[in-house]
Amino acid sequence: MNYKMVFGTVGRVLAVESVLMLLPAIVSLLYNESAIWAILVTAGVTFLFGALLSMLCRKSSSVIYAKEGFAIVALSWILMSVFGALPFVLSGEIPNYIDAYFEIVSGFTTTGATILRDVEIISKGLLFWRSFSHWIGGMGVLVFIMAIMPKISDRSMHILRAEMPGHSVGKLVPKAKSTARILYLIYIVMTIVQMILLLCGGMSLFDSTVISLGTAGTGGFTVTNAGIGGYSAYCQWIILVFMFLYGINFNLYYMLLIKKAKSVFKSEELWSYVGILSVSTVIITINTLSSTGVLSDTVRHSAFQSVAFMTTTGFSTANFNDWPSLSKALLLILMFLGGCGGSTAGGLKISRFVLMCKLISREFRKMLHPTSVHTVRFEGKQVDEKTLSSVTTYFALYMLCIFVVFIALSFEPFGLETNFSVAVSSFNNIGPGFGSAASHWGDYSAVSKLILSFSMLLGRLEIFPLLITLSPTFKYKK
Amino acid sequence: MNIIVIGCGKIGRCLIESLASEGHNVIAIDPNPTVISEITNLYDVMCVCGSGTDSDTLNEANVEKAELVISVTGSDEFNMLACFLAKRMGAKNTVARIRNPEYNDNSLGFLKYHLDLSVPINPEKLAARELFNVLKFPGALNIETFSTRNFEMVELKLKSDSALDGMKLIDVRKQYPGNYLVCAVGRDGETIIPDGNFVLKSGDKIGITAQPAEITRLLKKLGHLKKQARTVMILGASKTAYYLAKLLISSGVSVKIIELNETRCKEFSNALPEAVMINGDGTSQELLLEEGIDKVDGFVALTGMDEQNILVSIVASNHKVPKVITKVNRTELAQMAEKLGLDSIVSPKKTISNVICRYARALENSMGSNVETLYKIMDGSAEALEFNVGQVFKAADVQLKDISLKQGVLIAGIIRGRKTIIPSGNDAILQGDKVIVVAAGKKLSDLSDIIA
Repeated sequence: MNYKMVFGTVGRVLAVESVLMLLPAIVSLLYNESAIWAILVTAGVTFLFGALLSMLCRKSSSVIYAKEGFAIVALSWILMSVFGALPFVLSGEIPNYIDAYFEIVSGFTTTGATILRDVEIISKGLLFWRSFSHWIGGMGVLVFIMAIMPKISDRSMHILRAEMPGHSVGKLVPKAKSTARILYLIYIVMTIVQMILLLCGGMSLFDSTVISLGTAGTGGFTVTNAGIGGYSAYCQWIILVFMFLYGINFNLYYMLLIKKAKSVFKSEELWSYVGILSVSTVIITINTLSSTGVLSDTVRHSAFQSVAFMTTTGFSTANFNDWPSLSKALLLILMFLGGCGGSTAGGLKISRFVLMCKLISREFRKMLHPTSVHTVRFEGKQVDEKTLSSVTTYFALYMLCIFVVFIALSFEPFGLETNFSVAVSSFNNIGPGFGSAASHWGDYSAVSKLILSFSMLLGRLEIFPLLITLSPTFKYKK
Repeated sequence: MNIIVIGCGKIGRCLIESLASEGHNVIAIDPNPTVISEITNLYDVMCVCGSGTDSDTLNEANVEKAELVISVTGSDEFNMLACFLAKRMGAKNTVARIRNPEYNDNSLGFLKYHLDLSVPINPEKLAARELFNVLKFPGALNIETFSTRNFEMVELKLKSDSALDGMKLIDVRKQYPGNYLVCAVGRDGETIIPDGNFVLKSGDKIGITAQPAEITRLLKKLGHLKKQARTVMILGASKTAYYLAKLLISSGVSVKIIELNETRCKEFSNALPEAVMINGDGTSQELLLEEGIDKVDGFVALTGMDEQNILVSIVASNHKVPKVITKVNRTELAQMAEKLGLDSIVSPKKTISNVICRYARALENSMGSNVETLYKIMDGSAEALEFNVGQVFKAADVQLKDISLKQGVLIAGIIRGRKTIIPSGNDAILQGDKVIVVAAGKKLSDLSDIIA
């Protein structure tokens, strides 16, 4: 294990985080808030710690293997959250450190679940930091570092793979650095376009910025107690469309950029994503039409809620908690599915879901014709058995983790519906739950909040990096 | 530059590694998913899983945007077809590995023209040329020739009883006057560009540039000169062995080749009637002695197995063969072999990566002072480059003492027409010259890169 390399890179991550904290500090300065000091002190401390770490661990060799990639990503995310929580505590706006830690983990993992009953009492600078953490966490902080800093290692693929979600992580262009740059460029342009469109809809500059950041990471933090429901129908449609766009594999945007539109429209994953969303929108619309009556509003709310849950953003325009059981059940299923691989969305990912459906059909055919041979094809290519087995293993582990979180939460007095939806929601990085956890999770105990923080991190990093780094066998494998 | 490498075998990997470390955008193509995942993990390159002769795969690798396509799979025909397709699909330059003697002896020019190949490359032939050079100059570890052939660079190892041990370079100059330059010293795996006050130690590897006659004179004075090999024994009837034997025979050396496979022996004796073919197990000491290993001037181990080459070479060294050369393809084994006392190690994949890197750099700056020749010296930790001085070189006509060079860079020679100059502070680089530069730890692609 190349400890120097691991800690040196983690040090760099913290240093970059401290620089990124200057943005919320500027917002605080503009609104003339006292929280600026909390942010600046944190930035200073984080920078010192990060710089010290990378100075002490000046690397002797940059050779890394898969395990170093896992460790770098896991430790970076944990430490980033440890420091990211400090501004809330120092400013006294979320005095309890565990609450603050939960809040920022929820930010970085793009969950968007909050412990705040009233978000409007939080200062603008910190609200910005909360949503900005969605933006950083959505594409990934190590990808960001790869884009702006000199090369970490020839084998940075291990880091990219550990941080980016999806069953197979590939590069867009030969160099990891250029890949990271292209991804961030697409990401930044989309964020800015959304901001401008929201501004055109009459949203204030601050709100449109923060909502755009939250949408980009498929996060879900809002800045008013009314949530997205408080904005105009136009703004809601804009947000809906962008949530949908961020749930698509970013590779497809690159394909569009290099004028290979044909392959984009051949993407199985994209069509499955669109198909599932349309079906669920139609069913929810029919299911809820009787209670609301106005068709246009019903369609908008149904589509918005479907997209918000499937892309794991977790914004809400309607009180979905009062919807009929069928609609709620559908939303719960969408929570599991998540967006496309290679997007900023969380969840199981459509690609894995499609592969598993194909595996099931293959199994059926094999039972009918025991000696027949079938290969599984996805996106026009044969999928090898190794990938298939890793997909099913991932699914098994994923369900197991959700069950464990669910059991751990069952000590709380909130009922089955609430606890289960919160377990699913935290693990898939969605944000809202059902029952009494629909708007905030502040009523959970400190222990549960820590468990939920861990569950969010597990879900964002797709289980393996975190579990492997923390497992006892890890340190012996030198 | 966008480069596609088709085939990720030993040579493919070596190319991918050196091209990626030079900062090119490399895309690797191989049909084996296991190999592909290994390459993605090791190098900062993109991989496409598929066949290099499949137009879909080539499209996926963006062949129309590629400046260079290199096909180095094991099959000559496959390489030719892949390069032909790539060229037709819009690749600017193509390099194919063609190693079968059938294609190389007579029809190479024809193939090159009709397949529109930029460069056909034959690692075995290149390796044979390198081996031949070393056998010609047994005192040296390695010998590299620059384009005009009247300027060479030799690498020597200072033995413990060397007269140069403990001498400053200025004193070496005084004691052994002549028109040469010690331009690089390899010590403990690092390469140093020495100045006049540098003190040599035994165990150092030194690189000397001069005209060939000058080098012979100097080596004679130093006692490093051994006579050219007249009888050479080759182990293993590989393709390299064929090319080497051909070169040796044409310069009047008697060659004996030992090979286990009888059919192969027959093929060789048909193609090389002058060589003595021995059908037997070359790892048996009895056979080696019977065939007079203790009397030959040179021994070259060229079987396909690195380990076997190393072991038999050690046997040959113990029989006091004056020059033993070992072919070792795997880098880690080459380092170990060196520790075991084998000093002349040749690796075809290193040779080919030299050639391709030079070609890629020359393509990159066809505008400026382009690279004519490039050699990785001192086990790859330094480079010797030959540049054509182009129109845009800004320090032309300036005396060298007035140019401030970057750290670790040295101008080792200037070739002006048929004249060779070992430069001093009063010389200047003129347009149209060829300049030989030695650089440690730097990748130069233009002559202007040497100026601080």
